[in-house]
Amino acid sequence: MTEDHKGARSRPDSQWYDHEAGPLVRPYAVTGGRTSPGTTGVPFDLIALVTSAAGAPGADDGALGPEHRMLVDLCRAEPQSVAELATGADLPVGVVRVLLGDLVVLGRVTVSRPVPPALLPDERILREVIEGLRAL
Amino acid sequence: MVPEHSDATDDESAALALKILVAGGFGVGKTTLVGAVSEIKPLRTEELLSEAGQSVDDVGGVDHKATTTVAMDFGRITIRSGLSLYLFGTPGQDRFWFLWDELSQGALGAVVLADTRRLEDCFPAVDYFEHRRIPFVVAVNCFAGARRYAAQDVLRALDLDRGTPVVLCDARDRDSGKEVLIRLVEYAGRVHTARLLDSVS
Repeated sequence: MTEDHKGARSRPDSQWYDHEAGPLVRPYAVTGGRTSPGTTGVPFDLIALVTSAAGAPGADDGALGPEHRMLVDLCRAEPQSVAELATGADLPVGVVRVLLGDLVVLGRVTVSRPVPPALLPDERILREVIEGLRAL
Repeated sequence: MVPEHSDATDDESAALALKILVAGGFGVGKTTLVGAVSEIKPLRTEELLSEAGQSVDDVGGVDHKATTTVAMDFGRITIRSGLSLYLFGTPGQDRFWFLWDELSQGALGAVVLADTRRLEDCFPAVDYFEHRRIPFVVAVNCFAGARRYAAQDVLRALDLDRGTPVVLCDARDRDSGKEVLIRLVEYAGRVHTARLLDSVS
């Protein structure tokens, strides 16, 4: 996982990282090289909300990798957006999408899609948003 | 909510997340605006401008900007339990345009931040949202030392469609940022209602 950085500076093509960059690991290593979720359909939106499935077994069984478990833990208290999970787990969004796909298949989380734009502006909700902003 | 990927519980179907984009030129204050209104510390990846970056990023007239956002940054405003606004600052540099399409998917609307000293920097954002018919407001970030212009002058200079709101703001100020968002949500509501009426007539 960690690479030896000592020789990095001497190679002209590797100056884009140095000691300060820390250990490097290819991001999709944690997904086993998969770059798209096993689930079908459109990719999870950045603001799709991920909820820990009620009654799901504890996150400590062998089917899950550490990153999977981290994601389950992060959304245990309250639903989290995909973007928040990516930041919380310090993983690229693309990687988080793949891992979430696994968790959906395993029944550990549910992911809800944001409202399609055409259905968005329910007047009541927009008014609620405006009043909520004013009250902040 | 549409339970696309899995069975949704009642709880979940009540939860609603709305997305607002914050766009504009490099160094115009997008990250600042997101930070001013967000209830969470804005989450982002920032990187110091490297020598390689400086040849790409034009910082003329932006003396104090030391870092640049290289990934999206975002903030959250919880209106109530089950109703949240998410703000996404779009990457300012042209080489990250590919991220915009994903960000704008399903967005309620956008704030285009403008700096009157470099007004042309927000042309691409204005163009982008006009073409995709995403409702947007132009928020003129009133930098200290920059000449003040009336909103009307900015409207004309940008050749905006009639009715597009132009708001003067201070991106560092929470109340000012809130006002910008309120104007956007009001405007987005009007635009969507008008489209709805268009489609039935």
